[in-house]
Amino acid sequence: MAYKKPRLAVFKMSSCDGCQLSLLDAEDELLDVLGGVELAYFPEASSKMLKGPYDIGLVEGSITTPRNVEEIRQIRKDCKILITIGSCATAGGIQALRNWKDVKEFTKIVYASPEYISTLDRSLPVSAYVHVDFELRGCPINKYQLIEVLNAFLNSRKPNVATHSVCIDCKLKENVCVMVAHGTACLGPVTQTGCNALCPSYDRGCFGCYGPMDSTNTASLAKEFKILGKTSFDVMTMFRNFNAYAEPFRKESEANEK
Amino acid sequence: MANEMKKIDKNGLGSIISALLEKGYKVIGPVLNGGAIIYDEITGVNDLPEGWGDKQEAATYRVVKRSDKALFGYVVGPHSWKKFLYPQKTKLWEAEKNNKGFDIKPSNGTAVKYAFLGVRSCELNAIQIQDRVFNNGMFADTFYNKIRKEIFTIAVNCTQAGGTCFCVSMDTGPKAKGGYDLALTEVINESGHYFILDEGSEKGREISSKVLSSEASQDEISAADKAVKNAEDNMGRKMNTDGIKEMLYNNHDHPAWALIAARCLSCANCTMVCPTCFCANVDDTTDLTGSHTERWRRWDSCFALDYSKVAGGNFRTSIKARYRQWMTHKLASWIDQFGSSGCVGCGRCISWCPVGIDITKEVELIRETAKA
Ligand code: SF4
Ligand code: SF4
Repeated sequence: MAYKKPRLAVFKMSSCDGCQLSLLDAEDELLDVLGGVELAYFPEASSKMLKGPYDIGLVEGSITTPRNVEEIRQIRKDCKILITIGSCATAGGIQALRNWKDVKEFTKIVYASPEYISTLDRSLPVSAYVHVDFELRGCPINKYQLIEVLNAFLNSRKPNVATHSVCIDCKLKENVCVMVAHGTACLGPVTQTGCNALCPSYDRGCFGCYGPMDSTNTASLAKEFKILGKTSFDVMTMFRNFNAYAEPFRKESEANEK
Repeated sequence: MANEMKKIDKNGLGSIISALLEKGYKVIGPVLNGGAIIYDEITGVNDLPEGWGDKQEAATYRVVKRSDKALFGYVVGPHSWKKFLYPQKTKLWEAEKNNKGFDIKPSNGTAVKYAFLGVRSCELNAIQIQDRVFNNGMFADTFYNKIRKEIFTIAVNCTQAGGTCFCVSMDTGPKAKGGYDLALTEVINESGHYFILDEGSEKGREISSKVLSSEASQDEISAADKAVKNAEDNMGRKMNTDGIKEMLYNNHDHPAWALIAARCLSCANCTMVCPTCFCANVDDTTDLTGSHTERWRRWDSCFALDYSKVAGGNFRTSIKARYRQWMTHKLASWIDQFGSSGCVGCGRCISWCPVGIDITKEVELIRETAKA
């Protein structure tokens, strides 16, 4: 039997496109990836849009509209393996900031004819609606991790995507801890690695782009931030960011709301 | 025995570095970088952090300007020598697909001759502890031992203690008791700035014979001893190790573990900076075409949730279980496993814990109400 290349599809919900662009940005590996799959559906890259079913579906973006809900249910049916990519798809994204507000109010202020806007109250991750086989975190995702995930699925092995703290990567890179040595508040100790400790490598505290790591103690870190001079409001805004609606971050920001 | 002690000055130290470079060593020493004193490659005495010191407390480390020109006027920083002997990432082997199956190509590890300048007594002890872990006969680690057997060590006796140091409690310092090729004690007083040089091995004698030195007078030696005594008398921390093994074994259900866990972030910084922690993870990678595969080892930590994931589940899901595992291993079961404590009292885990969890205080917390 002739080997059939797996069919890859890339979809977008509510998002900025940055994550799917990481795939195109992976210039050195792109040909190998494309050599290993049949690119069946990727409107950002090709006008050839083939119908499902697909073997692997990559989904970027959060679910924010009734149309997104319909689409994602169909996508789930069409894809054998569904992988969500980026903070929007895995946690609701920066647009989940609306989850604490009244969206109807916004639409009234922003749009001349708000009656044409059909949107949901909350921005939620894809996994809130359908089963997801693998979630690749990050805002944006790391292209090397994306290739690793595709590579792993193509070679039928487990992706090497660590779920531990950013701190471990800082130490592997020999970074001097910005929190201990400079007094800079850093989300690294509660954030999942993935960026190779980008911000601390440039003497900045981690912003938490990859969301909560596998076991977080945000309350203890928040307490330490206050020792470093942060107010409750500061702490709230730090946790209410690209992964604001990821459970541990959401709870910590709410605990510091007043 | 009665080693003649030599005396050298800053230029003499420079000549030692040059002699080592000439012999093909890659010389590693303390340098100021990124707001801390770390270990990196040096090519001369001017690379050393002259006139810098450090201030350490739980969760805080700051470099500070000193009023003198000491070359070793600080204690240990975030790095330790383990990053050279047991690098963060090591390729164990790779394999290539062929028409019959695959060929395995072993990895040769690092073939580099390191000279370590400025190894503190606690760190020498840490290296000896890792020797027992990695050079243990049946499961000797070829990568570690290959680098280890080539190293040249220049110890520096501490003349001041850091805020989180407790080597006196662990009987690992502040004066180096062997395991070095050369040892230096830096003295700065009214009679000048000099180093007492002690030769600890034939290799050491060979290098020191190449540098200009004089015989140290009794007064100069006493001044050096007094400086080391200063470190001994000013330990920032202490730990009562009496019966510590039994105490921890008998108190695995002590309420203190939950209190510590409420603060612990499970971030793993303590284990990364600890000079004796050695846990690693092994990752297999493939290229996209599936024709080439590599197996890599990288530092991991008992604080990482995934570390205790096995087929069928995870046996240390709570932070409490992971902290307890770390401390009990370090201070108690290490003794059963390797014949000594796993802690050398360097204080790194205290300084570099972002929330200041302090192994000496946590031991006290348990001891206060420990079950016998
Ligand atoms: S003891 Fe401190 S450094 Fe270690 S895992 Fe806990 S919070 Fe992190
Ligand atoms: S447990 Fe802490 S004090 Fe002891 S050797 Fe490790 S880092 Fe140093």
